[in-house]
Amino acid sequence: MSFLAGLQISQIVLCSGLGLVLIGLWGMLTQRHIIRMIIGFSLLDTGIHMVMVSIGYVTGGTAPIINDAVPMAEAASRIVDPVPSALVLTSIVIGLGVTAVMLSFAVRIYRTRRTLMIDECTESKG
Amino acid sequence: MIKRLFIALVMIMIAVIFIQLAANYRENTALSPLGTYYADQGPAEVGAANLVTAVVVTYRGLDTLGEVTVLFISAAGVGLLLRRTRRSQGDDDLEKGDRAEETAGVHKPASEIVETATQLLLPMVILFGIYVFLNGHLSPGGGFQGGAIIASGTMFLLLALPESHVSRLLIAIIESLSGFSYVVIGVLGVIMAGGFLDNRIMGLGTFGDLFSAGAIPLIYVFVGLKVGFELSAVLDRFRKEDTGPL
Repeated sequence: MSFLAGLQISQIVLCSGLGLVLIGLWGMLTQRHIIRMIIGFSLLDTGIHMVMVSIGYVTGGTAPIINDAVPMAEAASRIVDPVPSALVLTSIVIGLGVTAVMLSFAVRIYRTRRTLMIDECTESKG
Repeated sequence: MIKRLFIALVMIMIAVIFIQLAANYRENTALSPLGTYYADQGPAEVGAANLVTAVVVTYRGLDTLGEVTVLFISAAGVGLLLRRTRRSQGDDDLEKGDRAEETAGVHKPASEIVETATQLLLPMVILFGIYVFLNGHLSPGGGFQGGAIIASGTMFLLLALPESHVSRLLIAIIESLSGFSYVVIGVLGVIMAGGFLDNRIMGLGTFGDLFSAGAIPLIYVFVGLKVGFELSAVLDRFRKEDTGPL
């Protein structure tokens, strides 16, 4: 793992997150199968979460929970930023809701069309 | 062909932006001013050991109410989309097709091992979910995580015993009551403390105790119940056979 030695942990998370965003976007743009498009959206979503978490990281920081390991007096110098973590928590829940609605649309399309290929659904094409 | 080229061009352009972002990224060496404020003042003001919970439930409580609302709307949307309508003839035909498929691929009942293991594990899964949302202010976890664990218990039940019946009326009642109580606690904060969703309507208690941090454990119990039952309803909607109205 010598090629990773110069990288900081948050850089690794940031780069993998950006990579996941790219893979997800590519999947959403090129795939014609609805389930695959939804998987692409999920990848994009997860990538954005990883980018947000890595932005909140502080060198050498630990989880923002105050207990014996992180006394109250040292908290500000030893924890990572709690705000991006809280925003990611919100974002995960919203992503779950959006995915659920997309999947139920997929179920509806399959019920009426008996197919999940987006090319078969042509009536709204201009 | 032109479309493929266009997609490739878009991807390359976004990749260039991302490479710039990654190359110019410098890891923070200190907390942001807002984070420092939360770290210094959070324990005294809110009384929650888990600062993420303090931010989610109290400092940005209104966002969390909005988040719960979004989840509720998406659950309602799933319910609306996956509702079976028997209005048109075409639908009826498809319905027949669905039924035929179901009987063709009819699943064998689960074996005794699976049934016994379900009865043994399901209470533990639900208990763990309750533990996670009760300790949301002390340890990693909280209402959404605990609710998701409870919903995973429902998932487990639906997978292991597909014939089991989930009462939609019970789900609707518990979900509405907990959502309503959450808003009531928020309004009580306006009347009895500093503002909407202020957790100081109850005593802050001893820092680090199970019953401390004012109304945060109570709020997380309601959020946990609401999320757990809402996700259970969504999972139930995705089942193939549709049981009864509501």
